[in-house]
Amino acid sequence: MRRIIAVLLENEAGALSRVVGLFAQRNYNIETLTVAPTEDPTLSRLTLTTIGDDRKIEQITKHLNKLIEVIKVVDLTEGEHIERELMLVKVKAVGAQRAEVKRTADIFRAQVVDVTGSAYTVQVTGTSGKLDAFIHAIGELSILEVVRSGVSGLSRGEKVVSL
Amino acid sequence: MLIRALQDEGVDYIFGYPGGAALHIYDAIFRQQRVQHILVRHEQAATHMADGYARATGRPGVALVTSGPGATNAVTGLATAFMDSIPMVVISGQVPNPLIGTDAFQETDMVGISRPVVKHSFMIKHASEIPTVVKKAFFIATSGRPGPVVIDVPKDTTDPSQLFDYHYPETVKMRSYSPATRGHSGQIRKAVELLLTAKRPVIYAGGGVIQGEASAILTEMTRYLGFPITNTLMGLGCYPATDPLFLGMLGMHGTYEANMAMHHSDMILAVGARFDDRVTNDPEKFCPGAKVIHIDVDPASISKIIPAEVPIVGPALPVLTDMLALLRERIEADPALLDRAAHGHWREQIAGWRAQHGLDHGLMGQGSHGVKIRPQAVVQCLYQVTGGEAFITSDVGQHQMFAAQYYHFDQPRRWINSGGLGTMGFGLPSAMGVKFAYPDAVVACVTGEGSIQMNIQELSTCTQYGLPVKVINLNNQALGMVKQWQDMQYGGRHSSSTYQDSLPDFVRLVESYGHVGIRVTEFADLEGAMREAFSARLRDRLVFLDISVDPDEHVYPMAIKGGSMCDMLLSRTEQS
Repeated sequence: MRRIIAVLLENEAGALSRVVGLFAQRNYNIETLTVAPTEDPTLSRLTLTTIGDDRKIEQITKHLNKLIEVIKVVDLTEGEHIERELMLVKVKAVGAQRAEVKRTADIFRAQVVDVTGSAYTVQVTGTSGKLDAFIHAIGELSILEVVRSGVSGLSRGEKVVSL
Repeated sequence: MLIRALQDEGVDYIFGYPGGAALHIYDAIFRQQRVQHILVRHEQAATHMADGYARATGRPGVALVTSGPGATNAVTGLATAFMDSIPMVVISGQVPNPLIGTDAFQETDMVGISRPVVKHSFMIKHASEIPTVVKKAFFIATSGRPGPVVIDVPKDTTDPSQLFDYHYPETVKMRSYSPATRGHSGQIRKAVELLLTAKRPVIYAGGGVIQGEASAILTEMTRYLGFPITNTLMGLGCYPATDPLFLGMLGMHGTYEANMAMHHSDMILAVGARFDDRVTNDPEKFCPGAKVIHIDVDPASISKIIPAEVPIVGPALPVLTDMLALLRERIEADPALLDRAAHGHWREQIAGWRAQHGLDHGLMGQGSHGVKIRPQAVVQCLYQVTGGEAFITSDVGQHQMFAAQYYHFDQPRRWINSGGLGTMGFGLPSAMGVKFAYPDAVVACVTGEGSIQMNIQELSTCTQYGLPVKVINLNNQALGMVKQWQDMQYGGRHSSSTYQDSLPDFVRLVESYGHVGIRVTEFADLEGAMREAFSARLRDRLVFLDISVDPDEHVYPMAIKGGSMCDMLLSRTEQS
């Protein structure tokens, strides 16, 4: 099962490499990974998605918690949560394609953020599933380049992951 | 500044080897008296010495190496300590900060290369951080589940011409690190209720009991309940081996009665043990009727291999103390809660297993064995001659298992071996570390002609510091455990497990280092030679007993691969 795990860690050199190293070392898989400092510059917030059964996820969260620089670990998929991913897609756009791309972007509530004579760059945000659907709708043939941010997430409601 | 911090941390010995990037540190060592530096012959040995020191004393061992090859040579020792949860601090020199990343001479990314085998690591960015980092390193190494910590020290941060205010912190707090200090009282209560329902209980205790200084309380609780107890390879000594409730070691080469008791039990109380694959055999077939209570300071060890009915996260000492208090309270209020009749019957059943296929501890009394000396008899002889009081270190292989099976450890911290990583070459340097910690104690290294050659250069260190450890070399002219597996699983094809007459003359070799070598080839001479090695006359000498043992001996019992804990080979021809 796909899980979204949120990690709060010290914003220190080497902290991220320990997290990534743990996954490699114990044969766990990272599907996506995003990390950036929080409003408190001494803290980094990391969101990663991984796939595994309950037992594996339990081990992953336990081992993450063991890392000295990790302050908190929460499996967001255990409760109601919001996930967002940002994607930039450069799409071939000539002739009739130009209108078609724009229309598809509108349907997905995406924005065209850069325009040239032969290409559009479209920005899409949403769940990973929505981003996949956009790629599918555009059709792989006309896609020139894709970059995705990886999933960011937090719990719905009052629950917070903080110190 | 670094050395002053080590002094303030109470460090008495540093085991190390100098080199360019560490020279400022070495100069600081030279100009003080409180911390003694021991010059080894190879950095791997320095880490094993620090490790042996830590295992024997419970205090963190300290090693110091230079950058590059010094650092990489220390990695095996770090991994060894990591797998067995041994508190250790390894300080590695590093090229100066401005040169990092330039492929400078003797540069290696020590923090990166050691990352998977340390509990934590630090890289000093600025000299002013040194006191705090040292304090943190020792705190992390010794608290929670202990483990090795690396401090990588770029040369410019130890430049003696740069002076900074020095203040060594009394305590250190890290918001991201707070290991459990007690067990959850609700979980302990649940565990007590489950313990009281057990008809066929077994206590399964590991290295965590020794690391957690909980041997005394565990012994008290075990005797109070009258439950049979088995120890892991790492746990030997945490319960007195000569006590009737003790079943011996369990697992791949555990005793028949220990493995049978585990398999047929209805309740397993696991304390500071991690259900290693060398214990459980096939986890799917593990102890089908048993409910598991698992006490461990490391939450990640619980339900990792075998799901626990009652998990308790916490150090063994406070958890067992609380548990025993609650047990006493419950049982004193109602003595009938404990089914003593069932437990008596269970102990009889176990005694039956022991009578049937238990280890034969009387090999020395059986007179002549012909020309070949059985290695088990050598360990029994060692046990008798040392009165069971020695610190025994071992290397890795058949001799390690024979030592674990046949030397009875009545006290914790007396049995010192590389259990998790299985590091050949561990025995001699770890014995040296023990001897530094306890100069008056008898320290013997049980080894084989394969393992001893992996760190034999340390015989020179022993000469330099006058370290009278005793080396018991079970010489079977082959890599015995490898050969045993080849005999059993590869049709007797001994691929690269023999040396084709290339072994050195160990007696002359040790003599060239200035030590005493004694060769034993006849059973009749064994006891005399052993007594000689441990005699008052040779008390201050390193004695190396090179004992020719039966090259065809196998270690039994041996778990049958893919089976349950009760599936064992008992000899070449018998199986359970």
